[in-house]
Amino acid sequence: MDLISRHRNLTVLVLALFVQVVGLAVQVKRPTDHGPVRLVRLWGIDLIVPAEHVVMEAQGWMHNGWRNYLYLRDVRHENDRLQEENLRLRLELVRLAQDAGQAQRLQALLRFKEEVISETVAAQVIGTSGSENSRLIYIDKGANDGIKPDMAVVVPEGIVGKIIKVFPSMSQVLEINDQSSGVGALLEKARLQGILKGTPAGETMVHYIMADEKIEKGEPVVTSGGDRIFPKGLPIGRVVQVDPGPEAFLNIRVKPAATLNRLEEVLVITKIDEQQPDLIPEAPMRAVDILAQHLPGVPVKPPAPNPGQPGATAAPASTPPPSAGNSPVPPAGASPAAGAGKAKTEQKPATAVKNTAVPKKENPQ
Amino acid sequence: MQSSVTSSEQIQVHRLGLPVTVGAPLVALFLQAYVPIYLPFFTILDLPLLVTIFFAVARRGPVSGLLTGGVIGLVQDSLTHQPLGLYGIAKTIIGYLASSLGVKLDVENHGSRFLMTFVFYLLHETIYHAVARGLVREALQMRWGHMLIAAIINAIVAVPIFTLLDKAKRRA
Repeated sequence: MDLISRHRNLTVLVLALFVQVVGLAVQVKRPTDHGPVRLVRLWGIDLIVPAEHVVMEAQGWMHNGWRNYLYLRDVRHENDRLQEENLRLRLELVRLAQDAGQAQRLQALLRFKEEVISETVAAQVIGTSGSENSRLIYIDKGANDGIKPDMAVVVPEGIVGKIIKVFPSMSQVLEINDQSSGVGALLEKARLQGILKGTPAGETMVHYIMADEKIEKGEPVVTSGGDRIFPKGLPIGRVVQVDPGPEAFLNIRVKPAATLNRLEEVLVITKIDEQQPDLIPEAPMRAVDILAQHLPGVPVKPPAPNPGQPGATAAPASTPPPSAGNSPVPPAGASPAAGAGKAKTEQKPATAVKNTAVPKKENPQ
Repeated sequence: MQSSVTSSEQIQVHRLGLPVTVGAPLVALFLQAYVPIYLPFFTILDLPLLVTIFFAVARRGPVSGLLTGGVIGLVQDSLTHQPLGLYGIAKTIIGYLASSLGVKLDVENHGSRFLMTFVFYLLHETIYHAVARGLVREALQMRWGHMLIAAIINAIVAVPIFTLLDKAKRRA
């Protein structure tokens, strides 16, 4: 203060210049590849975000050091559990591959075009707006990584939001629960389309569904593709509350599938292709052969089973295979969860056999 | 020692070193943007507002108070997707009022600090919403219940933060 009072004129001059510079920065827009951005906004971001970068890097370094080198408790147990889960998922994959093949053949027959997510960029969340009135996050990928405005941002559980501003090394993502956000939504069972918008409290509501429609709680909500940002069919969440709304519409509250307030890593969809599914030429194959390909631990079924033995197809899976590492049966002392996994594992081969056999009879090629 | 005199008591004017003047708002803005990644409820706090109030009251100069509030508010605006100036205008007014209040009243004890922050938080939110709805035509809705809870939480948090920042004050 002494310095200021001693140099009062200089202080006034600096203040006057400061006000003018800030005023200019507010008015001036700096042209970027993706539209003009106000200079003062760039300054503000440049002031805060680099510090966030540094802290995130240091935190990631310490976290990785701790997790990868020091904290290795229960890793062996976790590994066993994951191996069991892997086996179960591989069985599930066999069944799903058959279903997908059938769906693709049907789509090709009907000349459907499907949207395929062909490229994504993984990004880390490095900041937020810090305001309840602006639900947006900052990610550490920007124009240098091929990010552009209006790209969809997702996590494996569901959609997160869309890119609204792109800077060279970071981007702003507007979350779907912001009041200014809008997403084309489809109620999966009722096949009704509406618009998903955020509320002041950070919840998400589907609008423009007529009041005479019957919507059940728990109904899945997916993207409709109508907004031309999110590909069709991505999970949004589930209906948790249905109330009569204004003007003959329903108020449908949706719980987002993605945990929007605890995001650390996200995927930006950078390329969506539209393609017609090809007919997959396949030779007729028995389900047990497919299982044998995918599960080396499952003994190959004898070529000529005895018709007098019921349940002969499922029997090999319940027999402990020779290799303990690939065994679907959990070791003694496994957790109840692992036991449940075992039960599912034993049931799957029978299901897979059923699902794989049916399409072949319907679509002989 | 420079002091301003009110009707019955002397009110001390404090100065804050340059590192605190620049560092405290930056730290507040950084924490406001960073901590909610891990603690989502942190957004209920408005640390930049608390720093604005503290600086304005400590310096007891309306011009410095409004300038401090204006600059902090503009930087806070730049981190959102809304037009620049919403927080800027609200915090400029709060900075001015807080420093004017600091000239007239003793706001050094915990009780008066709690009350002052509570009132200024409500006023800040009211101004923010009024400007957002009136000038910018943003479709914001006032949530009075939430706002009252947030005002109480901010007032509670303000007391230890102000006590911490008191250590950086020096008499002018």
